[in-house]
Amino acid sequence: MPAILDQARTQVLGDGVGLDQAGILAVLNLPDEHLPAALQLAHDVRMRWCGPEVEVEGIVSLKTGGCPEDCHFCSQSGLFTSPVRSVYLDIPSLVEAAKQTAKTGATEFCIVAAVRGPDARLMKQMREGVAAIRAEVDIQVAASLGMLTQEQVDDLVDMGVHRYNHNLETCKSYFPNVVTTHSWEERWETLRMVRDSGMEVCCGGILGLGETVEQRAEFAAQLAELAPHEVPLNFLNPRPGTPLGDRPVVEGKDALRAIAAFRLAMPRTILRYAGGREITLGDLGTRDGLLGGINAVIVGNYLTTLGRPATADLDLLAELKMPVKALSDTL
Amino acid sequence: MTTVTTTELWCDRCGESATATAHPACASARELEPPRFCPGCRRRMKVQVLPVGWSAVCVEHGEIRG
Repeated sequence: MPAILDQARTQVLGDGVGLDQAGILAVLNLPDEHLPAALQLAHDVRMRWCGPEVEVEGIVSLKTGGCPEDCHFCSQSGLFTSPVRSVYLDIPSLVEAAKQTAKTGATEFCIVAAVRGPDARLMKQMREGVAAIRAEVDIQVAASLGMLTQEQVDDLVDMGVHRYNHNLETCKSYFPNVVTTHSWEERWETLRMVRDSGMEVCCGGILGLGETVEQRAEFAAQLAELAPHEVPLNFLNPRPGTPLGDRPVVEGKDALRAIAAFRLAMPRTILRYAGGREITLGDLGTRDGLLGGINAVIVGNYLTTLGRPATADLDLLAELKMPVKALSDTL
Repeated sequence: MTTVTTTELWCDRCGESATATAHPACASARELEPPRFCPGCRRRMKVQVLPVGWSAVCVEHGEIRG
C-alpha cells in the first residue's frame, strides 16, 4: 500500500481531515495498480463522512449563448465561432423543466444563465421563475448566474434560492490560460458573498483544460480551502468552435484518480458528477466513480449537450444500493 | 409540436454538406448533442436543451424536437 493511502486512511477516513496539496498530488500520481485501492478508500471516506445517499439534481439553461465572457471551454461564449445561438426559456417552460426534474426523484433544480452577471431583466425573470416553481413543484431551487453584487446575493436569498453555483473552473495559477475577461479573484469574491449570505456554496470546475497534474492538485486544495457544500466535477467535452475544441478528453483512469483525490481532499463535501462523464468515463467508469467517492449526480441533459437518460443513472444507483437523497433530508 | 420534414442537404451538427461526404464523427457526437444547423437550409437553429429532451427552431423550416 502506498504511503499516501496509509496516511489518508488515518487522516481522512479516521479523522475526517482532508489531504493537503502535496497529498492530493501524490494520489493523482498513483500508478494504475494502486487506483482500485485509492477508489475503495475514497468510497469508504464518502460512506463514513457523507453516508450512502446520492443527491440527484437537474439543470436547465434559462438564457443560452451570447455570453460576453471568453471561457475557452464554453460553447456559449459570443466571442467564438460556436454554433450555439442565443435563446431564452420562458417561465412556463422553466416550470415544466422543474417538474420533469422532480419526476426523476431529484431534490435539486439549478437554473443557469450564460452571462457575466445578471442584469435587472434576468433578476426579474429569476424572481418570477423561482416563485412559479416553488408554487408548483416540490424541489429545491439553485441558481448559477455568474458574478453577483451584494444586492443580487441578497435578492436571491430573498427569492428562496438555497444554493448558488459559481465554478472556479480551474486552479488560480492556470485560470488566466482559460479565461481573460475576468479574474479568478472576481469569482472568489462572489463565492465569499454567497457563503456569507447563508446560501449553500456550489463550486467546482472542469478537468482536462490543459492544466498539469500539479495544477489539478492545486485546484483541489483551493476548493478545499473554500470548503463548498458541493463540488461539481466536470470533464472537458471539447466543443466545436471554442479555443479548447481540439483538446483530447481526459483519460478514464486519470479521471478516476481525480475523483478519488478530490474526495480525499474534501471528505464531507457533496462531490457531484457533472458534464463530460459520458465521454470520459462511459458506463463502466461512471460506476467506478460512484464507488470511488462520488455522491451526487446531474441527471438528464446538460445545458447545451445531452446526458445519459435519467433512468440509466437511477437504475445504476438502485443496483449499487445507493438511495437517492430525499427532499426532506435537504431541508 | 411542429415537425417540418426537409431534404437533408446539410449536416445538422457541423453545417457542412451532407451529400458530398459522410459525417461519421458528427453522427457519433450527435448521440450526446442536439442538432445545431437546419438540415434543409444550413441556418443555425435556436436550440433549447431541457432536462428531458430538446427543441430546435429554424426560422424557415420550423421546429424539431428530440
